Amino acid sequence: MAVLTDLTIAQLAATLAKKEASAVEVTDAHLKKLDEHRALNAFITETPEKAREMAKASDARRVKGEAGLLEGVPLAIKDLFCTEGVETTAASNILKGFVPTYESTVTSNLWKSGAVMVGKTNLDEFAMGSSNMTSHFGGVENPWKRKGDNRKLVPGGSSGGSAAAVAAYMVPGSTGTDTGGSIRQPAAFCGIVGLKPTYGRCSRWGVVAFASSLDQPGPFTRTVEDAALMLQAMAGHDPKDSTSAPLPVPDFAAAARDPNIKGLKVGIPKEYRVDGTSEEIVALWAKGVEMLKAAGAEPVEVSLPHSKYALPAYYIVAPAECSSNLARYDGVRFGLRVPGKDLPEMYQNTRGAGFGKETRRRILIGTYVLSAGYYDAYYKKAQRIRTLIARDFKQAFETCDVLLTPTAPTAAFAAGDKMDDPVAMYLNDVFTIPASMAGLPGISVPAGLDKDGLPLGLQLIGRAFDEVTMLRAAAALEKAAAFTVRATGY
Amino acid sequence: MSLDKDTVARIARLARLKVPDEELAPLAGELSGILAWIEQLNEVDTNNVEPLSSVSDVTLPMRADKVTDGGIAAKVLANAPGGAVYIDPSDKNAGGFFTVPKVVE
Repeated sequence: MAVLTDLTIAQLAATLAKKEASAVEVTDAHLKKLDEHRALNAFITETPEKAREMAKASDARRVKGEAGLLEGVPLAIKDLFCTEGVETTAASNILKGFVPTYESTVTSNLWKSGAVMVGKTNLDEFAMGSSNMTSHFGGVENPWKRKGDNRKLVPGGSSGGSAAAVAAYMVPGSTGTDTGGSIRQPAAFCGIVGLKPTYGRCSRWGVVAFASSLDQPGPFTRTVEDAALMLQAMAGHDPKDSTSAPLPVPDFAAAARDPNIKGLKVGIPKEYRVDGTSEEIVALWAKGVEMLKAAGAEPVEVSLPHSKYALPAYYIVAPAECSSNLARYDGVRFGLRVPGKDLPEMYQNTRGAGFGKETRRRILIGTYVLSAGYYDAYYKKAQRIRTLIARDFKQAFETCDVLLTPTAPTAAFAAGDKMDDPVAMYLNDVFTIPASMAGLPGISVPAGLDKDGLPLGLQLIGRAFDEVTMLRAAAALEKAAAFTVRATGY
Repeated sequence: MSLDKDTVARIARLARLKVPDEELAPLAGELSGILAWIEQLNEVDTNNVEPLSSVSDVTLPMRADKVTDGGIAAKVLANAPGGAVYIDPSDKNAGGFFTVPKVVE
């Protein structure tokens, strides 16, 4: 029999359906991997007992003929999703010990479809970062290493633990959240698939909020088909999230199984040739265009003239929303409290001790740009730029169906790099942030290796709520790239 | 736009964040660096451009104006770091309070 932890979600579902293995056996095999690779620090909390219980219940449902879409499939959950009865930290000291009394809508949907939770994964504190180094619980190690170089590399961020867990075959799939690239960039760094759905496709209810106009949950998997399966289970209208779209959920998996892109117009944005992008990534991008062309697509050059302003505008909008959202951590209702001589001092002590350096930086920037006299010059200005960015995409999509770009400007970098230069760190997200600002869906597909043997990803961006076309193109790219290399040396 | 130490201290106070004195100057440097980089937005003419506050083109539905939960005071108060006080300790869901340091002498 095949090694259970080598199987994709689709293969596991088939194996379980044929009763070649039970959910308990599948879960135990994956829990063993969590044990073996604990040094990667991919998990903040492991939940083996809960996993076995859920697996048992899954086997019982199957006997009764009630198997769901992801019945018996073990998954890891980013520790930003509230899980009832299981500590949820957002990788922050300020939420240490917080045990939600409710379950997020996305994870509820996954459990309803039969999935099994093995644990909560590490991330940048409050999902703010591109390296996973800002976590209160320490950085995550990327399962990949450069050839002949033993230095630890970052898995990307913010959903670094979720990406590393899938790349190290600890789980076949995991959840992430993407605000400016937090699913797509770590997927590229770890050689796996990461999908950010259209804003509004997946409910944000029960997800610890960072920047509410941008945050969007999505899946990490090793194949495009698996990403579609997970999205299928996660998505759907939720009355508890007022920005959740009241739209039916299409058959994503069917789209992912149909890599026919004959006649599909693939836009190549000329402004995405940015300085500082590795030459190997530029070359891979060109190769990606050729691959899609060979599969029958028609490349067209498009222009997104305001692309270069997306990143600085994001660093107004996201910190502004962050400073508002994080005002709730006051030492009164949940999490940490550090005493003070009076109420204001208790607030200040709690927040001073509870937030890490990057979170503090963003709260301060956000507070500044929203403060009296600066609101119009910064926040309103950024919102106007956002209108122009969204308009650029709308115009581009008049002449194409999907866009192809690199996911990140470089491969994974060493742990500790770029830590003393916030702006250099922010530049990691130069290719992912514009689509985030416009609320569009994006997917990163592993497409090749660089000269050091590290994986590189290409990003496809779709029209709003047209993940179906994006998934078809992603499946075609996946097929042509035939990326089968696995991380070694972890 | 360059921020000085005093401005950082003022923003930190607005954000209810205790920042040790020796960290104010390095923070002023970091934040000024970020703001200087953001200045490039001024190159873009945004006169007559409406600000975008929602990316969704979909009309979002209104839900019925009805109470959808309640009677879960124990759950709401379960994580209170200063502890909770219940109106009726024998029926925690009847209601209760978060506790804060004394504010009135």
